[in-house]
Amino acid sequence: MLDYTAPSTVEEAVRVLAAAPGKAKVLSGGTDLLVQLRSGRVKPALIVDIKKIPDISGIRERDGGFVIGAATSGAALGESKALQKAWPGVVEAANLIGSTQVQGRATLAGNLCNASPAADSVPAMIAAGAICVVAGPKGRREVSVESITTGPGRTSLGEGEFIVEFHLPKRPPRSADAYLRFIPRTEMDIAVVGAAVNLTLDAAGVCTAARVVLGAVAPTAVIVPEAAAALVGRKLDETALAALDQAARRACKPIDDKRGTIEYRTKVAGVLARRTATIAYERAGERR
Amino acid sequence: MSKHHVSTVINGEPTEFLCEPQLTLLDVLRDELRLTGSKEGCSSGDCGACSVTVDGRLVCSCLMLAVEAEGHKIETIEGLARGSDLHPLQRKFLEEAALQCGFCTPGVLIAAKALLDRNPNPTETETRFWLAGNLCRCTGYDKIIRAVLDVAAEMRGERAPA
Repeated sequence: MLDYTAPSTVEEAVRVLAAAPGKAKVLSGGTDLLVQLRSGRVKPALIVDIKKIPDISGIRERDGGFVIGAATSGAALGESKALQKAWPGVVEAANLIGSTQVQGRATLAGNLCNASPAADSVPAMIAAGAICVVAGPKGRREVSVESITTGPGRTSLGEGEFIVEFHLPKRPPRSADAYLRFIPRTEMDIAVVGAAVNLTLDAAGVCTAARVVLGAVAPTAVIVPEAAAALVGRKLDETALAALDQAARRACKPIDDKRGTIEYRTKVAGVLARRTATIAYERAGERR
Repeated sequence: MSKHHVSTVINGEPTEFLCEPQLTLLDVLRDELRLTGSKEGCSSGDCGACSVTVDGRLVCSCLMLAVEAEGHKIETIEGLARGSDLHPLQRKFLEEAALQCGFCTPGVLIAAKALLDRNPNPTETETRFWLAGNLCRCTGYDKIIRAVLDVAAEMRGERAPA
């Protein structure tokens, strides 16, 4: 039989997760968990609601970067002008998840731990170099966002572990990010392909650092170092964009499904990488 | 199974209830508290018929456990009118026939109110995106969007009430 508890500290949450008689599930926004409970896909003995833990929701600036609590809603991310200014790609990716109603509850931690290959915020968080703080029976550890998802519906989190917060680093000058997803509608859909680009320019507009990450084209989000290398050392000319496009296509290992064929997803990944890089480049250029 | 005691404020009224942990806020609103204005459409967060606000934030009550309501303020469609005085959104939906079967209407009204509370002057595009999580199988949406924009103009004082 299902039970529910809402601990008021991280330590207490770790304790009750470890002591749970059967499977325990962590609840933050619940927009995936409640659907899975209803369908019977998950049958936990205990739900541990982390939202009563102080600081688990909210956005704080620290050392020029940001700390985002695990239970912070997408709506709250979209309302943070400072976060929007520093990390427009992360915010636009998070805000693509679901409807206004879903945005009122859905969180970055939930999107990551639900481990869908098509999760919108995950490529953007990986491109941003975001770190998660994971709490568990052995204390806290800091790991990269890309180390969490290991396959569809699977994560590297151990028994009793959960994400407490995310850290977004301080940005060098002339840096910006962007995220685009391709869907056949205009909103409320699941990515056929997602592309995130995070880059830094020098004073002359030459790209000095880049991260390119694709979503929905492999079992997990894919970092594409070759695509990033195509941008570094160049302005965003056609040579750079064409190399980016090709590198993005080569990184795809998609499935065929109702949303798109392998061939279609692969082609769209290249096009979307170009468009996303162009937006990130323009944003970074405006910060000169 | 142990029941949880939940204290909340619903439409301004302090409200307490007992619930089993797996029940959604929508289950308790409808079956326990008999506030049946919020509708169950999809129960997966896609249709918006169960829309309510929690501390002013628009959510699907089917995607929230009732126990999570502890200590929070909930607004439902039953709190929109003041006695027999309809909210301008309700009045305008009637005047402009922005509903047909009416099943989606409570959710649409709650969502539209949440929009106008934040943004008294939304564009048509903003309104359509904001309401994208409220499905309507009758109207084709145009009348809903027009009614919301007309109410917004009226509430800004740019247009006299009809």
